[in-house]
Amino acid sequence: MPKVYENVGCPYCGCSCDDVRVTVSDDGKKVLEVENVCAIGTEIFKHGSSEHRIRLPRLRQPDGSTKDISYEEAIEWTAQRLYKAKKPLMYGFGSTNCEGQAAAARVMESAGGCLDNCATICHGPSFLAIFDNGYPTCTLGEVKNRADVIVYWGSNPAHAHPRHMSRYSIFPRGFFTGKGQKKRTVIVIDPRYTDTANVADIHVRVKQGHDYELFDAFRMVMHGHGDDLPDVVADVPKEQILQVAEIMSKARFGTVFYGMGLTHSDGRNHNIDIAISLMRDMNKVTKWTIMAMRGHYNIAGPGVVWSWTFGFPYCLDLTKKNYAHMNPGETSSVDMAMRDEVDMFINIGTDAGAHFPIPAVQHLKKHPWVTIDPSVCMASEIADLHIPVCICGVDTGGIVYRMDNVPIQFRQVLDPQGLLTDEELLNKIADRVDELNAKGA
Amino acid sequence: MSELIIKNGYVFDPISGVKGDKADIAIKDGKIVEKVSSKAKSIDASGKTVMAGGVDIHTHVVGPKVNLGREMRPEDKLFRGEYRGGIVKQGYRMEMGFSIPTTWKTGYAYSRMGYTYVNEAAMPPLMAPHVHEEIRDTPILDISAMPVFGNNWFCFEYLKNKEIENNAAYIAWLLKATYGVGLKIVNPGGTEAWAWGENCNTIHDPVPYFDITPAEIITGLIETNEYLGLPHSIHLHGNNLGNPGNYTDTLDTLKLAEGYKAKNKFGRTQVLHNTHLQFHSYKGDSWATFGSAAKEVMDYVNKTENITIDLGCVTLDETTTMTADGPFEHHLMELNHRKWANCDVELETGSGIVPFVYDKDVAVIGIQWAVGLEIGLYAKDMMRTFLTTDHPNGGPFSRYPRVIKWLMSKKARDATLDSMKRKDKVIAATDLASMDRELNLYDIAMMTRAGPAKALGMSNMFGSLAPGADGNVSIYDLDAKKLPTDPELIEKAFSNTAYTIKEGVVIVQNGEIVAEPKGYTIWTKVNMPENAQVMRDIKEKFTKSYTVNYENYAVFDDHVYNPRPLEVDVA
Amino acid sequence: MAENNTLNMITQRAFEEGVAMEIGKTSPEYFDACNIIEMNEQDMKRLGILKNTNVRVTSESGQVIVKAVVGRQTVYPGLCHIRQGVWANQVVPPRTQSTGTPQYSGFPVTVEPAPEEKLKTALHLVQGAVGMWKGEE
Repeated sequence: MPKVYENVGCPYCGCSCDDVRVTVSDDGKKVLEVENVCAIGTEIFKHGSSEHRIRLPRLRQPDGSTKDISYEEAIEWTAQRLYKAKKPLMYGFGSTNCEGQAAAARVMESAGGCLDNCATICHGPSFLAIFDNGYPTCTLGEVKNRADVIVYWGSNPAHAHPRHMSRYSIFPRGFFTGKGQKKRTVIVIDPRYTDTANVADIHVRVKQGHDYELFDAFRMVMHGHGDDLPDVVADVPKEQILQVAEIMSKARFGTVFYGMGLTHSDGRNHNIDIAISLMRDMNKVTKWTIMAMRGHYNIAGPGVVWSWTFGFPYCLDLTKKNYAHMNPGETSSVDMAMRDEVDMFINIGTDAGAHFPIPAVQHLKKHPWVTIDPSVCMASEIADLHIPVCICGVDTGGIVYRMDNVPIQFRQVLDPQGLLTDEELLNKIADRVDELNAKGA
Repeated sequence: MSELIIKNGYVFDPISGVKGDKADIAIKDGKIVEKVSSKAKSIDASGKTVMAGGVDIHTHVVGPKVNLGREMRPEDKLFRGEYRGGIVKQGYRMEMGFSIPTTWKTGYAYSRMGYTYVNEAAMPPLMAPHVHEEIRDTPILDISAMPVFGNNWFCFEYLKNKEIENNAAYIAWLLKATYGVGLKIVNPGGTEAWAWGENCNTIHDPVPYFDITPAEIITGLIETNEYLGLPHSIHLHGNNLGNPGNYTDTLDTLKLAEGYKAKNKFGRTQVLHNTHLQFHSYKGDSWATFGSAAKEVMDYVNKTENITIDLGCVTLDETTTMTADGPFEHHLMELNHRKWANCDVELETGSGIVPFVYDKDVAVIGIQWAVGLEIGLYAKDMMRTFLTTDHPNGGPFSRYPRVIKWLMSKKARDATLDSMKRKDKVIAATDLASMDRELNLYDIAMMTRAGPAKALGMSNMFGSLAPGADGNVSIYDLDAKKLPTDPELIEKAFSNTAYTIKEGVVIVQNGEIVAEPKGYTIWTKVNMPENAQVMRDIKEKFTKSYTVNYENYAVFDDHVYNPRPLEVDVA
Repeated sequence: MAENNTLNMITQRAFEEGVAMEIGKTSPEYFDACNIIEMNEQDMKRLGILKNTNVRVTSESGQVIVKAVVGRQTVYPGLCHIRQGVWANQVVPPRTQSTGTPQYSGFPVTVEPAPEEKLKTALHLVQGAVGMWKGEE
């Protein structure tokens, strides 16, 4: 009899939907059907029982081919190199559960290396802005139940967070928002006419890279200086700025969801910083909240776990052994790579091979490279050692943090068939590094 | 069979009524016993002070807002304190942070001060799995966490309709769902109002839409708590915290408990615990006329047997304020203009975080410092008066030894007062300068162990050296018969124990961590028949209003570490 | 718009890229989803680029061959977009303004017709960049 799992968490985007229904074959090895999920999530569950899945660690041979080895050999190989390296870097964690992230912290503290997560190339500027200006936010249910004005700024949920608008923001009928979309005003601020802009009431076509000016214009209006605005700011006509400011200040409860459009562009953290300042202005007159559209289902996780472990969310330098150090720009993965400071690289739960600018990949590849990931990806295909692990949410459960930092408990639906979880693998590596440290001491 | 005997110390154990007599304390298999065999390992405590392991009734050490505080304040890690010189780590893991230390430092630092059990004062139910993850990563300590109820939509609806039984069934369900220990209330109604940018400043301000007042929420939750007979009473952070003149609101709030009697099997006698009373005991109608109302408030507390309080002292440090009182933190940000975090939590609660510098040269801050100490010094029943700093709000828990010093030494208080630039203003607005009382070690043992353990309904386990209690003992390098004349030595002795013993295992020796066993998660398990209507209500709210599914909301059993339930049977 | 062939490049997520990535980065789906540049029609005309033909994109840090299209999500003249992923990252500058985050969006590129050039696979590009590619050039 096939078994049906309900309330399954989806390991794709920062929506971390927890209402997926997965039907699995009698032997627990095959996903038969996936419901209540976007097309991207479907592929992840399907991939879980793909016959092409890698089930043993693969060690690169001198001729470029790979050879299957045991987990024990892979753990020894990794621990020995971690022990020898002066500044190893472990980076990734977009697709690992918190238990794995906690174990990773243990590994890198024992090894005396650097630890960083995908935020470093995504919402790292958000962290920098939070360090400077705080973070007035809320959980997604507050938006669903209360929000009458929604702003998507530099974010495109129609593509990056497929169920965001239907589960949390525009369409749901919440406690105080029983009319759903009809009573909500949706504003999209983006240089492109995105598919999200297509469902908005207002599209503000900002000039790419000039978001800061536009935020500042809104702040001028909020402080009563709207008349001083020039006719056009960042390609946006004054009339539209005044119109949007009016809608925002008349909201009973508003939320700004912002994305990579702000963090990847000129200004970086300054764009987020001024967005938060605008929220402070808005909260003098009504209620506004802001939320980073975190990309992956648990990319909020490492920031949360490492903050309670080390006091810093990312860009951790643990090489000083007795205390942690964080200084983005100095201790961030791409910067360290470009300065050639890293002498071993562990890619885990992400694909630096595909998602780092290629010069950074070229630098990292000069040294031993281990990829810990369930899938074949660019990082696995250039690695010296590829260690496959369970897919969180498919072959193992665990706690993940949704984009609003709400912890969601994921379930296991498939038999892992001998695959280790990230947590199991990393704890074994940490145990071995501890042994080597003890011997060396 | 492990046996330990602590010999010849000066023992202070209010639960057994031992007031500094020389005695031996025996521990067998983790519990205090009458005696052990001659093979027992022995610790010589002669010339030292022996107390039960410390109990913190109100602290913010694990959970989402504590952690957002850590995340948003990298500068807190610059205050390395004794670690500035690069002292090697003592435990297995690094220790980071000052006002909001990491979980590892929290466990180690409390242990070094001789504390073995702490109660996390605010757990947003939706975020319970996060709280339990942090408990997993906090070494040594036994920890419990109180879910917040004062702005919960279920409670609003049941209490508006006076449905105490249904409210009780919901609360029993939620304590299980979150592995929570008791009922926390923060700014009742006010945080819900803050979701619309408003607040409830008095106990009679109606909550927008829900048509209920803070007074009705508080009395309804007292009735529910006593209906269930929970180990702890309601644990209240009232309305209008932090504002000049708020003591009248505080008295109005405390009076709500009149006529209620504690009903439980745990030895608890209060029906209301008012936390961090310091923040609620101010006179004046502006910051210019700000002053202490400690006497007025404590006069009422002293004569009212069914109330307990904790101090919430200000320690004159740079710290990180954080509370589920969302509107207060917004208000504080408008005053100090620093960075501000806020997180409203659907259907349940909210929170805010603002860094704060308690600069002793600012008159209002000097007055706040004095108010906290005055409350301790005006108190007549130290078994109902507990030492806290509302960590990290008044200052970090690592300053408890300093607060003890101030409470035990007028000389120390005068020295601090003398160092204040606005000393005259502080003296004029408070009574502290004229107060000669100096608390003794027995008072301190009541305020930091026996009293809080009793108020939490746990004095058979914690805060006690009576046979049957957990073998948690702190040994301070302090000669009770010959206390030092230099108050600094008192602070020093309470900062680092000679020994901290947890369940018979030596955890700290000479101020250094030497072992780190795993502590318990303490929670309250209410056994009562399922209430079908309440279960229907719960499921309906999940279908319509929550964004997490009902089946994924309750903390999965395998995400709770070393659970130790306190069982309550309700017919 | 300037008369030269410099455009402002942004690289961001797309649904198609997300689906294809989960199928696998060596899959034909990923190849089709990510090796395209979305441009404004005016720019294509001005630069002599025919729809659905290959172009060479060059930035301060590299170059890549991609196929030029007019996307459904339109860009204004002077702006262009490559979906995030392997092809985009051949040209994304690693400079971070001291924030750790590279310049994924808002960097100058030149775009020129290259109809005879062939598109490389993801594996070819990445393994090729680190000296591991064993297949045909």
